[in-house]
Amino acid sequence: MTWVNAVIEGILLGGLYALFACGLSLMFGVMRIINLAHGDLALLGTFMIMVVSQHLGLSPFAALVIVLPGAAAVGYALQMGILQRGMRGGELAPLLATFGLSVVIGNLLLEIFSADTHSLSAGALTTASWQISSQLSIPALGVLIFAVAVLVLGGLQLFLSRTSLGRAMRATADDPGTAELVGINSRRVYATASAIAIASAALAGMFFGMRSSFDPTLGPAQLIFAFEAVVIGGLGSLWGTLVGGIILGVAQTVGAQIDPAWSILSGHILFLAVLAFRSGGIFTAREVRV
Amino acid sequence: MSLLEVSDLDVRHGLLQAVRGVSFELDEGETLALVGANGAGKSTLLSAIAGAHRPNGGTIRLDGRPITNLPAHRRVGIGIALVPEGRRLFQSLTVEENLLVAGRPGYWTLERVLEAFPLLPPRRGHRAATLSGGERQATAIARALMSNPRLLLLDEVSLGLAPAAIEDVYRSLARVTDAGTTVLLVEQDLTRALGFARRVMCMLEGRIVLEGDPAALAREQITEAYFGLARTGAPSR
Repeated sequence: MTWVNAVIEGILLGGLYALFACGLSLMFGVMRIINLAHGDLALLGTFMIMVVSQHLGLSPFAALVIVLPGAAAVGYALQMGILQRGMRGGELAPLLATFGLSVVIGNLLLEIFSADTHSLSAGALTTASWQISSQLSIPALGVLIFAVAVLVLGGLQLFLSRTSLGRAMRATADDPGTAELVGINSRRVYATASAIAIASAALAGMFFGMRSSFDPTLGPAQLIFAFEAVVIGGLGSLWGTLVGGIILGVAQTVGAQIDPAWSILSGHILFLAVLAFRSGGIFTAREVRV
Repeated sequence: MSLLEVSDLDVRHGLLQAVRGVSFELDEGETLALVGANGAGKSTLLSAIAGAHRPNGGTIRLDGRPITNLPAHRRVGIGIALVPEGRRLFQSLTVEENLLVAGRPGYWTLERVLEAFPLLPPRRGHRAATLSGGERQATAIARALMSNPRLLLLDEVSLGLAPAAIEDVYRSLARVTDAGTTVLLVEQDLTRALGFARRVMCMLEGRIVLEGDPAALAREQITEAYFGLARTGAPSR
């Protein structure tokens, strides 16, 4: 039964990884930018939710109402202010810009909040679970996170395939120059994609803070997990990202079951195995050209 | 007042000056064909009018309003649409999505465009990457029409198309001019250009060297201008 438990826990953890990863995937798909500050921006979201909920006496969920629009604004400004300029300087410039941003955010968080660990309380949800049998229980928070991940990924997929803004986003991803010729403001489309990506990162950051304790140094690790989920699933495929997150999560929890020290390592080993034997990922992109 | 007014336009590609001091006017409802040898500056002129290429000098006016520095996506809003060289469709989008992405309210709706281009309705759900040459050109022109332009710029209409496909595309284009849209087209096929347009302009090395009514111009005059023979006086070399 402990193995079944580990697999279930891994699947639910995969939902969190997929939530971290979808913004990364979106920015790569639309702008061809790998945002190395993604993990730190998510962690910034975690801290902002902590600050808002402490100062206003709100639950973290209520704090989202304030933090999500803020995160979207940060994403919009990030694209308009920094990345747009970087994109004119070739492919490497935005990569370096986000790397610098990652260092700046990590150190700012450390400066303001010190290296202490913090946590976000989800109230009764933190400990609630469904007892299936004496050895098997399913945590309510994990199920909620997984459900939100499915909703966000599904919503994003619908947005891209059905709405006119989503269509404009795919057209701009295909060919930004021609998109301008049919009346699309490619800068605004890019900034919108970036706003959605950073808001989704903040949402993932909140669940991350509810699930485990956190400190300002954890951003880059979240980036790596998100990146691995995207690559395992296949670049540019949103549902692939969910599957990639689940595979990564299961590898980590099953690895931990064998030996606790194997948890993170087994995830990385699986990632390397996918790169070695199936470098395009499990699902190849259809929505967005790579 | 003319719809489009171009004066003293200079456009460079790095060190190469592709368009040199070009001036012309285009009235509402006119059809103008731009002919000339490869590298004469025709495509560069069109992309400068559409806003894809910043000019180095001169002005472009639409309805008397200067638009020389307006970004391309805002020129679509005031009525300029370009069908670029090489069609440049959005490959991962379907034909219908390629059309809808350019959609602006006006006479040309999805239904009207599909009716004007009989090649397209059977392919509307297919991805643009899977289309034949004629279908791609039809989609590109239809996409430009979806923005309901007052001025339609067409680059290399028949280049790379089979004769039957050229026939189809021109039949559809006739419906566009019938609807009152002003058309400026670049065409390699001289006979096509002269048959379609009511005015013809010939470019050579970045300059306009001949302009007039196709019916009034002798074919030799145009070929001489086309190859730059008139300037040297005699067909030497």
